[in-house]
Amino acid sequence: MMPQAAPVLGPVDPYLIPALDGVAYGLLLFVAASGLVFCFGVANILNLAHGLLYAIGAYLAAGLMDGGWGSLLLALGVGTLAAAGAGGLLAGLLAPVARRDHLTQALLTFGVALGGGALLVTAFGPDSLPVRIPAALDRSVEVAGYRYAAYRLVFIGVAALIAVLLWLAVARTRAGMLVRAAVDDADMVACLGVNPARIRLGVLAAAGALAGAAGVLGAPIIGPAPTTGDTVLLLSLVVVVLGGLGSVQGTLLAALAVGEIQSLGVALAPTFAPFLLFAAMALVLAVRARGLPGRFLRLRAGGTA
Amino acid sequence: MTPAARRWLLRAGGAGLLVVAVALPWSVDAYTTSLFARTLVLALVGVSVALLTGLAGLPTLGQTGPYAAGAYAGALVAMHVSTIGVVQVLAGAATGAIFALLTVPLVVYARGVVVLMITLAIGELTVTAAGRWTSVTGGTDGLAGIPAIQPVWGMAPLASDRARYLYTLVVVGVVITTMVMLLRTPAGLLLRASRDDEARMRASGHRVTGYLAVTFVGAGAVAGVAGSLLITAQQYVSPADFGFDVAALLLLGVVIGGATSIGGAIAGTALVIAVRDWLSGLLPGYAPLLLGGLFVLTAYLFPRGVAGFSTELASLVRSRSRGRTGPGDRPGTGIQGRPSRGEPVGVAPLQVGPSGNRSTGHGGELP
Repeated sequence: MMPQAAPVLGPVDPYLIPALDGVAYGLLLFVAASGLVFCFGVANILNLAHGLLYAIGAYLAAGLMDGGWGSLLLALGVGTLAAAGAGGLLAGLLAPVARRDHLTQALLTFGVALGGGALLVTAFGPDSLPVRIPAALDRSVEVAGYRYAAYRLVFIGVAALIAVLLWLAVARTRAGMLVRAAVDDADMVACLGVNPARIRLGVLAAAGALAGAAGVLGAPIIGPAPTTGDTVLLLSLVVVVLGGLGSVQGTLLAALAVGEIQSLGVALAPTFAPFLLFAAMALVLAVRARGLPGRFLRLRAGGTA
Repeated sequence: MTPAARRWLLRAGGAGLLVVAVALPWSVDAYTTSLFARTLVLALVGVSVALLTGLAGLPTLGQTGPYAAGAYAGALVAMHVSTIGVVQVLAGAATGAIFALLTVPLVVYARGVVVLMITLAIGELTVTAAGRWTSVTGGTDGLAGIPAIQPVWGMAPLASDRARYLYTLVVVGVVITTMVMLLRTPAGLLLRASRDDEARMRASGHRVTGYLAVTFVGAGAVAGVAGSLLITAQQYVSPADFGFDVAALLLLGVVIGGATSIGGAIAGTALVIAVRDWLSGLLPGYAPLLLGGLFVLTAYLFPRGVAGFSTELASLVRSRSRGRTGPGDRPGTGIQGRPSRGEPVGVAPLQVGPSGNRSTGHGGELP
């Protein structure tokens, strides 16, 4: 970073605000996408209704928040619970087809996403809604000589706190231990006497809670609109692919990268940035897919030697 | 019912449907006719999705890519080169095939959900490119003012919705007939065998990756033809025709139709598009809700799609009568279950047994 000696714009300075925006956007995606990582990694469910869970939180934020602190907390609580409940409902819907392939799950969850999205539009109208945040946050503060939205700064702090709590939960608690074990070997966890149906319910409810919280807190950033579900789902899928299923840190790095591409990338290279996300996703997947048979062959060669 | 009687019934039904399809534009108004033409176009894309998803075992969300490439190529040819339909269709097919050829290295080494994700990325990249390459695609405003089409040299330009519908019907019919005939050759058998037991095919010296690559390029050409037909049917094209929602509806329509049969793919896609386009006119705002309900219901009732349901029932009845209803004989391990229908002897040794164990190479997970 260039020193802030004079009020002359240094070569890096114009990109400070987009970079900060990228951090906020990335942390938002992290909270939303970590739910999807749990769904896929732990319960092996391709949940195409994940964007709907975010949209539930965002719409509730728009409906409940009236500019006071109390309503913000109320919206956070109600949104998180409602989305967690929706996740639990989804687990119930998925129970009969739990042993089928991903395409059946995709059919079911996409159907739920379409229907749920339609219900949200019926309830809240087809327009994108404004979100009223508390007045103390609805102003700008000075960051290194630039004015920046206070809400986003606070959001960065809160989302970072959620990230730390999530990491602690996965790394240090018994539930987190089960999560990690199920990612590694779900069958073995089932053999050890943990009911897979209960894991599925817990994971989907937790994923719903994360997506709902992200929806409420992120409503001023990715606001409630009929396309919100699709947007969040697609970006979360990119984060899942780039970050892998293995670790909270991987998801965090991928989410931050996606956020920076979406804001700093657009500022730096407006021609290429829109392609960067999905190109990176396709390449990562293709390289991994090609890597697998290679490793397989090497193992075989080692076996015969 | 004996297989011969069933085949006869299917043929009679197909012929009846064809008669209805030809007579259709004389019984409905012009707007509905143009809707039918667009439904036919999407059904053809659905067929290319079914070719990859059901027959090659590569579930795809990315056929909107070659479809878009074919559409823009068709539009540019129509506007700047030639109004002859044959030229436009060939240009669409070639562009779709080239598009598929460029993306094939990304796809053929992957299986299962990974393919789904890679093709999703390809589709999204295509839409982004179509929205931003303004000098060629007209950006998000799209391309309008496409001149009327002449099917072949010397014919009058098609001015009515009815004529455009019939032209679309003929081209779709020719493409699908060609595809069905190709799939009935030994090449089609090799493809299905590769889907059902890839490891065994590789072990017996078949180049499965090569077969899949050829199929992918062929499906790209079919989608490209559909793209050029979209230009004829709609006389307008914009990136909104190729979004994620279109890709998802196509895939789910194909899954509803049973994924492994071309007739099922056409029926499933037509059903989904009908719910989206017609019911949204009759019941504004409820189309997504109905579609969502349809998908959920399909996932529960017909695990292998409506078209797969009858074969599934038949195999269930057969195994009951043999007194072999072990717990493993659960129908519906998904679309990549055992091969349906009594195929010629060639596939018999490769069939997965009644225990319904999954074929290898398809239990795809993210690595």
